Amino acid sequence: MVLADELAKQQRSISVAEFFEKNKHLLGFDSPTRGVITTIKEAVDNALDACEEAQVLPDIFISIKKISNEIFRIIVEDNGPGIVPAQVPFVFGKLLYGSRFHQIRQSRGQQGIGISAAVLYAQLTSGIPTIVISRTGPKESAYKCEIQIKIETNEPDIVSEQPFEWDRIHGTRVQIEFKSTMSAKKKLLEYLKYTSIVNPHARFRVELDDEAFTFDRVSHEIITCPVAIQPHPHGIEFGQLKRMAEASNAKLSDFLVESFSRVGKKIALDICERAGLTSTVKVKGLTAVQLKALLGAMQAVTVPAPPTTQCLSPIGEELIRRGLDKEFHMDFVAARTRPSSVFSGHPFMVEAAIGYGGKLPVEGNAIVLRFANRVPLMYQQGACAITSCISNVNWKSYNISQQALPMGPILILVHVASTNVPFTSESKDAIASIPEIEKEIVLALQDLGRDLKLFVSRRDKNKVAEDRARAVCAIIPEIAAKVSEIVEKPLVDTSPIEGKLMRKLIAKKWTRDGKVTIELSNYTTHEGEIAIYDISYDNATDAFPKADFVSELDGQFTKVWKAIIPPQTAWQVSYTGKGGGLLEIRGIDDNKKMVVDLDV
Amino acid sequence: MSKEELEKKSMASLIRIATSWYDQMKAGEVPSISLPTRTKYNIEFDDTSEVWKYGDRESMRTAASAKSATHLLKMAYVIGFVKQQLLENRSSTLREMYYISEGWKRAKFGAQEESNFLIEDLEIISEVPREGFHLHPEENGASIYGPMKIREETRRGMRAIHCQDDVGQAGYTIPNNVENIEFVDHDAKFVIALETGGMYDRLIENGFDEEYNAILVHLKGQPARSTRRMLNKISSTWNLPVLVFTDGDPWSYRIFASVAYGAIKSAHMSEMLATPKAQFLGLQPSDIRDYNLPSDKLTEKDVEALNAELTDPRFSTEYWKKQINLQIELGLKSEQQAFAARGLDFVTKKYLPARLTDMGVI
Repeated sequence: MVLADELAKQQRSISVAEFFEKNKHLLGFDSPTRGVITTIKEAVDNALDACEEAQVLPDIFISIKKISNEIFRIIVEDNGPGIVPAQVPFVFGKLLYGSRFHQIRQSRGQQGIGISAAVLYAQLTSGIPTIVISRTGPKESAYKCEIQIKIETNEPDIVSEQPFEWDRIHGTRVQIEFKSTMSAKKKLLEYLKYTSIVNPHARFRVELDDEAFTFDRVSHEIITCPVAIQPHPHGIEFGQLKRMAEASNAKLSDFLVESFSRVGKKIALDICERAGLTSTVKVKGLTAVQLKALLGAMQAVTVPAPPTTQCLSPIGEELIRRGLDKEFHMDFVAARTRPSSVFSGHPFMVEAAIGYGGKLPVEGNAIVLRFANRVPLMYQQGACAITSCISNVNWKSYNISQQALPMGPILILVHVASTNVPFTSESKDAIASIPEIEKEIVLALQDLGRDLKLFVSRRDKNKVAEDRARAVCAIIPEIAAKVSEIVEKPLVDTSPIEGKLMRKLIAKKWTRDGKVTIELSNYTTHEGEIAIYDISYDNATDAFPKADFVSELDGQFTKVWKAIIPPQTAWQVSYTGKGGGLLEIRGIDDNKKMVVDLDV
Repeated sequence: MSKEELEKKSMASLIRIATSWYDQMKAGEVPSISLPTRTKYNIEFDDTSEVWKYGDRESMRTAASAKSATHLLKMAYVIGFVKQQLLENRSSTLREMYYISEGWKRAKFGAQEESNFLIEDLEIISEVPREGFHLHPEENGASIYGPMKIREETRRGMRAIHCQDDVGQAGYTIPNNVENIEFVDHDAKFVIALETGGMYDRLIENGFDEEYNAILVHLKGQPARSTRRMLNKISSTWNLPVLVFTDGDPWSYRIFASVAYGAIKSAHMSEMLATPKAQFLGLQPSDIRDYNLPSDKLTEKDVEALNAELTDPRFSTEYWKKQINLQIELGLKSEQQAFAARGLDFVTKKYLPARLTDMGVI
């Protein structure tokens, strides 16, 4: 027997399931810790996509419980449209099965590997089948089944199935048990927090053993589900073209117009001419050589960019700001949604946001949040095109320190939405470096950098003005008091200094011996009526002059006085109290007034 | 200047500062004060007094920002405090004043360094040393041993002390306020100021003071103000040569410089604190070479310090340039006690007699 025959005995096809059993890292199951995050990520992605398609506001429940020493039970439940019983085994029990793979539109999951990979992982580590409960509407009863995957054939193996009494009207619940640890708890919560930022219409309830967390929605607007579009002539490959041609009965020019986006009669004829084919030939009969020529012509001809508005679903500047505001408390947030663009025939859109100050950590690198199609990217930050774009922006020109990444109390969010997000690997952790996308990211960041610079410089300017006001209105009078005491002369009046330096309406508030005094000195030429709002725990019933209006909320009193203070004169009110609180002056331009609390 | 005169002068100048602020504010102006810039780039050699003093560079502090205003406010509080102290004839340490400032609300000091710096500012503006404010430093002065007789006005009455016969083997401790000392008599030919206690003890043990009629002063590292004032007074009262004997490294040269020329921090007091006639005895970089002394390699910091000294106006003489450049070339430093490698008597029997003869002192 020749060697080739020997070898032939060992040569056989490999099932996809078998392949992934040996290459778990390709799908994000390389370690038990990561397995939890990947599983939850896949289940949540599916749930959000399903809710979007059904046009309902997502309510997603996630639970992780330790069952025994190493086995964890993970439950993800959504209020989506549910899955018909006949499809359930395929969705969860067969790798590479899905509804979105062949569609050209923005969606979270794409290949249909994710959740069934988790089922496979459970089967391999704990041996416990995955339990799926699903209900498609109030009239249907819920359906429950236990599923595993036949590894040799990549076919679902239904362990048991039966109708089920379920209190949800519609939705799906998955229960997966596998070997894991909870050491990634922080990362998991981070993932959910980030998911909630870019899905401001969703609510997440989380139970981690005994702890409960809620990430609430900030928007009640159901996001419109992106509509699938036809492929663009520039974004197609040979295999796909061949398949499409074989399935069509049309003549070449009609085939081009009907099956591709942005191809009209004129462009179709142009393509035929360039390919050296007659427009009336049936596409079904085209040879491989002819198809190759056709593909070349399609790629060479100028075609308008594919339509992007329906197939992409950007979050929007307003919702990004609200989403960020909810989870991070910052002094400044700005967001940009760039106009859509195209790379190799695939529409895409870049959104970015920048946050500054507030509770962000002052030291160290900026916090970077990366998203692709509303899914947070949690790993391989260093390998991602978003990170390199952030590093390539010259932040120093926006007065922000930088060591590759910008430094300081800064948060940067970048969201890339596309019908086909180019990832560096199947675990979908990092976006590949595509010049068109990088250009859009950099433009968005530069735009935001300018906004931030303006904010910081305005804030600093205000700081200088406030600093001066503090010196003049609070400290100089104290110097005057001490110095007058030393030289044993009458207390020197410092209000002329105030007027000279400030040229503003100055409101001062101070507390001495249980008496609160508010004094307004008008060093401007302004003559109109001023309203003085004083909000504190003092009720000021004995105020003189009496407040024009008083209201109480949670023990805090808002006192309002109205007064006309002619230029170069002062107005005063005092009452018994402890002071503090907030003092606000209305009825005069912001740059003509200054409020100083002398007690601070 | 007598104690009373000093107090009168200090009260007058403090009131003068307060009055100028009062008048500024009365005229509707923001109070301000100008101070000489206190860096090495603003010290100049004064030909008449032969010491280094602050130059003409001044910086203006105006109470137009919260920081400067707070500085002036603190100064006002200190002036008020000192005035009270003078009126009640009490005194306190710098540290005590720092704690007293706890009650000054907005004017309280953040750290003791801040209050020390402010007192130096006040000394400069008022031209009164801090003893005139009845403020004295925490640390006590160093010790002195030798054939001299003084009278000290202590809180327990007048004491006459001979600094060899009436003291223990550690010597006489220099008090905080040297102004209270009367220099009665001496039998000395010169004064040696020593950086380390080890060398001070060595010279006493070997009887160097008796053999050569030398007054020995222990500097205790960077000398305190009272120690420098003591040297200044001995030198000016009895007109004795003052020789400074330190380790052979850049930091020790600065000890010599502060004795001879005054410190940058207290350049306003140079006339009282510096001893312009003081000479550097050693340990010279050339001694390391000539006596082949045990030595250490210069660190990066040492070389930096040596280079900084080359630009320091106080070291801009031919002698120092030669010695510093030699040291950089050798790349070595030695401690004064390294002479022990040649035997315990070597320094008193060989090195010092030879070096002093060289310098024309004996």
